[in-house]
Amino acid sequence: MSVIVEALISLLLIAGGIFVFIGSLGMAHLRDFYMRLHGPTKATTLGIGCMLIASMLYFWSVDGKPDIQELLITLFLFITAPVSAHLLAKSGLHLRLKHTVKTQGHPVELRAEEVGDKPVPHPDKGHG
Amino acid sequence: MIAPRSWLPTPVLSILLLVVWLLLVRSYAFGHFVLGGSLAILIPLLTHRFWDARPRIAKPIALLRFFFRVLGDIITANFEVAYLIANPWRKLKPHFIEYPLMLEERFTITLLASTISLTPGTVSANLRMDGKSLLIHALNVDDEEALINQIRERYERPLKEIYEC
Repeated sequence: MSVIVEALISLLLIAGGIFVFIGSLGMAHLRDFYMRLHGPTKATTLGIGCMLIASMLYFWSVDGKPDIQELLITLFLFITAPVSAHLLAKSGLHLRLKHTVKTQGHPVELRAEEVGDKPVPHPDKGHG
Repeated sequence: MIAPRSWLPTPVLSILLLVVWLLLVRSYAFGHFVLGGSLAILIPLLTHRFWDARPRIAKPIALLRFFFRVLGDIITANFEVAYLIANPWRKLKPHFIEYPLMLEERFTITLLASTISLTPGTVSANLRMDGKSLLIHALNVDDEEALINQIRERYERPLKEIYEC
């Protein structure tokens, strides 16, 4: 394995580690629930991406043939991360979690059918 | 949409399933083609009744361009958010924004909400039951109008062009 590839892999690993660390730091010490949500959904995606690219490069240089299996992890991560963030934020709204005073704008008042007090009409027409 | 045949309702999804299967088992032997291929036909057959009808992709090239733009934005978003979190002198201005939606199909709204969650400083929090507006929580906003316009021009309009025109 040449020195350049090795340096590149180490660089990617360190960068990935830093990003994941900052993401967790954000989750630990930002002011309120909604702000904390930003750390893990964003800073970590690039961190994990860096690590996976490093892994791909490493096994490519060791085995001698390209291996794109790690792309699947990235794919699943990109599909699932926004969904879980959305669900967390939504449940935060339903539980009426406090947000910091300096937050501008108001979270919407949930309507009766969104809280579940009223039956929900099915959004698809023609499905009965 | 491509005319749904009775045994292959979603050709694109079937191909995707086969590719994912082959990547997961890390083997391109003939047996895995057969197994993955039959799974790729069986799974959509068993499940496609539960899905919403997905709109037709009108412009595949625009979709590709949109994909790369979002990828670039994800990278800048990561740097931005990492800076905002790590900078000890920061003054964050979090903001709840109610974003009026232009899209109508539920599938495209899902795509837009996911894109918003993955890009700079914004997380989509709640979709109104009537599908008319999306609540967004932003980490640091100076100008609400500018952010809404940016999302509108950068993500929503391309999505509308790709899927709903």
